[in-house]
Amino acid sequence: MSAIEYIVGLSGLVASALFIYGLKDMSSPTTAVRGIVAAGWGMVCVVAVCFLEIFNVSEEARPHLPVNIGLAVLALLLGGWWAGRKGRTVAMTAMPQMVALFNAMGGGAAAAVAAVAFLKHESSVPLPLGVTALGGLIGCMSFSGSIIAWAKLDGRMNKPLRFSGQQAFNALVFAATLLLAGLTVCSQLEPAPVDGPFAVLFFIGALAFGICMTVPIGGADMPVVISLYNAFTGLAVGLDGYVMSNPALMVAGMIVGSAGTLLTVLMAKAMNRSLSNVLFSNFGATSTQAKGPEGEMKSVGPDDAATSMRYASSVIIIPGYGLAVAQAQQKLYEFVKQLQAAGVDVKFAIHPVAGRMPGHMNVLLAEAGVPYDMIYDMEDINDSFASTDVALIIGANDVVNPSARTDKTSPIYGMPILNADQARQVYVIKRGQGTGYSGVENPLFFLKNTAMVYGDAQAVLSKMVETLKGLGSN
Amino acid sequence: MITSMTFIIALYIFVLAGFTGYIVISRVPSILHTPLMSGSNFIHGIVVVGALSVLFSATNIAEQVIGFFGVLLGAGNVMGGYVVTDRMLAMFRPSAKPAATSDEKKAQS
Repeated sequence: MSAIEYIVGLSGLVASALFIYGLKDMSSPTTAVRGIVAAGWGMVCVVAVCFLEIFNVSEEARPHLPVNIGLAVLALLLGGWWAGRKGRTVAMTAMPQMVALFNAMGGGAAAAVAAVAFLKHESSVPLPLGVTALGGLIGCMSFSGSIIAWAKLDGRMNKPLRFSGQQAFNALVFAATLLLAGLTVCSQLEPAPVDGPFAVLFFIGALAFGICMTVPIGGADMPVVISLYNAFTGLAVGLDGYVMSNPALMVAGMIVGSAGTLLTVLMAKAMNRSLSNVLFSNFGATSTQAKGPEGEMKSVGPDDAATSMRYASSVIIIPGYGLAVAQAQQKLYEFVKQLQAAGVDVKFAIHPVAGRMPGHMNVLLAEAGVPYDMIYDMEDINDSFASTDVALIIGANDVVNPSARTDKTSPIYGMPILNADQARQVYVIKRGQGTGYSGVENPLFFLKNTAMVYGDAQAVLSKMVETLKGLGSN
Repeated sequence: MITSMTFIIALYIFVLAGFTGYIVISRVPSILHTPLMSGSNFIHGIVVVGALSVLFSATNIAEQVIGFFGVLLGAGNVMGGYVVTDRMLAMFRPSAKPAATSDEKKAQS
């Protein structure tokens, strides 16, 4: 081993340690910034040291070195500049599609590394070749799948594409891709490794499968899907690490792979669905249940609702993605500050699937200035609703639907929900009488202690703020 | 013998790193799940190092083109992942101290 190999290897070790330390620090909002900065230094270190490898390239690559270095610097600057600019300007509501796009880039890079490993005949024994093929397959799926997820979240592809026999078709594409992977591996085996068309076809097949797998999945399930592809990219990077004998890639990739898998499972659990159900069933298409709940919906004006909250002693607010769609987070926090000034105990309750990716709602509230110690997870707050005066629901629907607890015929039966119906009074700010994402009627709206406040969240909250100003803060 | 040992060591790394990821992440509160996801997204951007090695030792046009795109995409992954994670984490603030908040309220009313 040369000195350069030692230095490169050790830099990878430093980076791996800093990544783990950084992720650990991200477990608390007080240390999280320190955590990402540490991980960032790890990355700077490993990328900078990687440039030492230019003194260690093979004899045949030496004449190409000046061009290669130029290309590397150009690619680093171009990719870094573009993504940095995007990342700095993206709106917080658009974060899920941004993360999907960055994830696609990682998957594409992993697939590119695997592709070159085939091209260079890095190996001619079955095991590393198989691992290379697996890394390429997963990287390609993550690349094309994440791009579809990005298009869906960004509103460029609004309807899930479904046709009859789709699952059989997808299975066929997958089988064909696996066959091509097998042929690619075989064609590169000793004693006579050859470049055939198999590798190219295999990569095309893997890309196609990523697309086929993602197009039928509906927008509401995208959080689970991005999370899954994040784990996929991690796995592909880890496998590339094995192929390139680079332990830093193996460690970092595998950590992301397992962390992403855990997050995916948590998300699926919060939606009360198994992962295979998300991936292989067409949710929403099947729920044709027509039976609506009995009773009348009552509606009140924003001023009455605001006054009643002003004189309540405790209020729990349940924001949903509708709040962010109406761009009303700032107004909401203004209203909350008025309530707090009047001595009302205000808390936010967040359902795990609120927003378009795990924890998205928390980010949107944080952006509006809401301190994180006012925000509670479902498990922490669900027992408090029974002793709370008012539950205010804004832009949320399915996550407070009590039929998830009681009605076995409901498509969302068994999904954990926020117990808003147990509060003494429930106000629901809602644009109209429509149903939620799942298309299910919500009996909560018909309860005796529920009153609807119809209107755009932004307009309603503005009126509420005005009302409280009229009442005076003390 | 050496190759089979290398393979076993690789398996050790995979399994232990997998457990590490699982344990470290299972402690993160759901409030931070979005930054966590973009943060782990940033970490798998280390693939840019693999792409750089590939590009440095490229010997023909095909390898150079694929390597170039690998580095381009990897660099985007790293930079973008870092910037958005940092931006989001910087927004998480605790409540101001009670004295400060009441001052703020007086100023507002």
